[in-house]
Amino acid sequence: MQTFKLIVNGEQREVSADPSTPLLWVLREDLKMTGTKYGCGIASCGACTVHLGGVPTRSCVVPVLLVGSRPIITIEAISNDPVGRVVQDAWVSEDVVQCGYCQSGQIMSAVALLKAMPKPTDKDIEDSMGGNLCRCGTYVRIRQAIKTAARQLG
Amino acid sequence: MTTAMSSSLRSITRRTFLRVSSAAAGGLFVSLHLDWPASAQQTPKLQAYPPDAFVHVRPDGKIVIQVNRLEFGQGVQTALPMLLADEMDADWSQVVAELAPAADVYRDPLYGIQLVGGSGSVAHSFHQYRQLGAQTRAMLVAAAAAQWKIEPSQCHTQASVVYGPSGQSAKYAELAAAAAHLPVPENIPFKNDSDLRLAGKKVRRLDSRAKCDGSQKFGLDLDLPGMKVALVAHPPVFGAKVKSFDEKAARAIPGVQDVFEIPLVKGTGVAVVADRFWTAKQACDRLRAEWDATSVEHPDTAQLFAKYRELAGTTGNVAVSRGDMNAIHSIPDANRVVAEYEFPYLAHTPMEPLNTTIRFDGDGAEVWAGSQLQTVDRIAVAETLGLKPEQVTFHTEMAGGGFGRRATPDSHVQREAATIAKRLRGTPVKLVWTREDDVQGGYYRPMHVHRVEIGIGADGMPATWRHVVVGQSILAGTFFAAMGVQNGVDSTAVEGTADTHYAIPNFHVSAHHPAINVPVLWWRSVGHTHNAFVVETLIDELATRAKADPIAYRLKLLSPGAKKLRACLALLQENTAWHNSVPRNHAVGVACHESFETGLACAVEVSIENKRPRIHRATIAVDPGFAVNPLTIESQMQGGVSFGITQLMPKGAITLKDGRVEQRNWDGYTPPYIKDAPVTVDVHIVPSAEKPSGCGEPPAPVISPAIVNALSQLTGKRYRRLPLTEI
Repeated sequence: MQTFKLIVNGEQREVSADPSTPLLWVLREDLKMTGTKYGCGIASCGACTVHLGGVPTRSCVVPVLLVGSRPIITIEAISNDPVGRVVQDAWVSEDVVQCGYCQSGQIMSAVALLKAMPKPTDKDIEDSMGGNLCRCGTYVRIRQAIKTAARQLG
Repeated sequence: MTTAMSSSLRSITRRTFLRVSSAAAGGLFVSLHLDWPASAQQTPKLQAYPPDAFVHVRPDGKIVIQVNRLEFGQGVQTALPMLLADEMDADWSQVVAELAPAADVYRDPLYGIQLVGGSGSVAHSFHQYRQLGAQTRAMLVAAAAAQWKIEPSQCHTQASVVYGPSGQSAKYAELAAAAAHLPVPENIPFKNDSDLRLAGKKVRRLDSRAKCDGSQKFGLDLDLPGMKVALVAHPPVFGAKVKSFDEKAARAIPGVQDVFEIPLVKGTGVAVVADRFWTAKQACDRLRAEWDATSVEHPDTAQLFAKYRELAGTTGNVAVSRGDMNAIHSIPDANRVVAEYEFPYLAHTPMEPLNTTIRFDGDGAEVWAGSQLQTVDRIAVAETLGLKPEQVTFHTEMAGGGFGRRATPDSHVQREAATIAKRLRGTPVKLVWTREDDVQGGYYRPMHVHRVEIGIGADGMPATWRHVVVGQSILAGTFFAAMGVQNGVDSTAVEGTADTHYAIPNFHVSAHHPAINVPVLWWRSVGHTHNAFVVETLIDELATRAKADPIAYRLKLLSPGAKKLRACLALLQENTAWHNSVPRNHAVGVACHESFETGLACAVEVSIENKRPRIHRATIAVDPGFAVNPLTIESQMQGGVSFGITQLMPKGAITLKDGRVEQRNWDGYTPPYIKDAPVTVDVHIVPSAEKPSGCGEPPAPVISPAIVNALSQLTGKRYRRLPLTEI
């Protein structure tokens, strides 16, 4: 066990964990922030996506040891971000979610996309969202919501 | 749950009555009690559970509605409250929907147990929830009328307020206490359709916001004081037993609390209990368990297909036989089509890994589970713990998908969790199935071989159709067998073929059900995904041979009674003007299929990119009877077709080699991502006032034959073996 100082959603948090513990499980079990989801543990589904130093990152394969001083933003705080809020609202207005389990990760990926590319094409959307799995198949509405959010931000 | 079962259960009759009460919490509770006749008791015997309310009119104005179903994406947590709130004239903005725990009163009115299955949630509870709303409203109106000393008929209601003729008004919350002392009225008429404010309208989901800001709690998110996390090392071959394991290595990891062998439904496993997931995972990885697999069959995909193909050459147990099966002999060889299809095992892999939390206290237990089969799972937990079902409090947790995977007649996950909780008496334990456990753990859609011989008549239509299906029975050995297995035929294996609406004069379907050491289960739409694929690709082939328009050909072949499919094909035709303007190198494929009493027709525009089908567009026409929430139906159609594409994915197969599953996670068994799904899906609903039918499962079967029918036009090839590894 080691102590780590993490900057999570703008706050400094101290956790005591095995250094190999993926950031995902530190968030979920130590910090009790369960909005970030476990889907596969091998970075295949994107349900665990957080922004690490501003970069969308699969937290299930990042050992807490390697996080360092990079700030972590999770779904719980994405509404504080102007783009994040618009994306969440677009998700609600387009009635995107079904089971909803993958949607934290989808939204985190979509926010990162719109920050990098305010007017994404269908191909941009496919490239950026291509690693986020949704078994309910909400992809059509995810596309719509991203386009709606882009319009509102533009 | 299957189409066949749902119709056989139609005959169950029941008596219902309402009960009202006030409680310490204040307000009005309305509970529905069901009184079951003896004939409904084919299912496990149920013990009484303290009844709970369906509606709670709270003093603060909130209307809390209990949903007698698991919500796992299908939208029932919005649809059923809509029906109740509409009849009640409740203020929709004040409605709170909760997932009801396991209890007698929450049983499916037709199936007789509490479950989500057979796309029956809205269809079966449609009347029930409207009635609850109408009766609750009548009591609130009666309370107001008594207060104002007028007749109830002089009052009207809107948005949780009763209005009198002389300007009087009272909020439901203010009337709740008085209403709780009134008798429950009988025979309250429902609203006219034209007065409905919610039902039939596009209403957004109640659970959207919480699922977009991370606050929605799923079963896996549960956190209880002192809770431990358990993982189980499962045998590498189904049913194998633990020979040895390195308990010391596992226990050496700080935070590991217990390591022990447990019995499984088949074979044994090793449970590891720790303070957190990652600790349990590391300990599990260090067990280095050795297994005794000598006494169990080692299934092997290649060998199974060889065996199945051989069986498919012989007639099985007869599901349906019409006309003259020798009629094919009078048809020249050139007018015969002989087709053999192969379908692999498929895993459901819902996004939220399977899990169950249990705390056993000696004389009682509490369970938290996203269960599709609460009645059965509760009994299984009680049995495992040596309790009576009524000693088990069973909470229904929001679930991250399921597609059938959370409805296991053997309750294997709950039994594992209960076995572990029993040993850790007093401590809540959350059992987690890792994604690897899920992918490798069985309970797949069975693999199948279909063999079909068709004789084409002079008019280009099929004159004879002989069809043999080979695959494991899903229902055999479960308590559903009595309803769904007849003459040695599992109705789920042949549904979609045996009951086809195509009028083929000489028609014969039979089935073989080999017993194989692989647990199998219903996979969204159960038998329809493979049956619709076979029927709809062959019909397309026949239409092509006849140089006929695929929609016109189908309409010609459908029986006059196939009203829903006819309506869907007609609506599809109206909405596919885009057919005429698809680019070169694109093709349009069509398919239609009815399942769970819902008709569906689909057209897709497909091209080939990087040797894979690229699905530019899909148009769907659906006839689900009265569309309770057209917005949810649209979503279910869009999502359901994406789910159906799983069986076309190049890695869309679970295979076994010498008894071991060859895939471990989504890297080896890969469902559709955004680029694999249609870019757009427009959904058209047949206007209908008929009783609602299901929408969760029906979109899954129709998409893959439509895609493959388009591919056939592009390549000239026919595709009879899934997954589509090559085009």
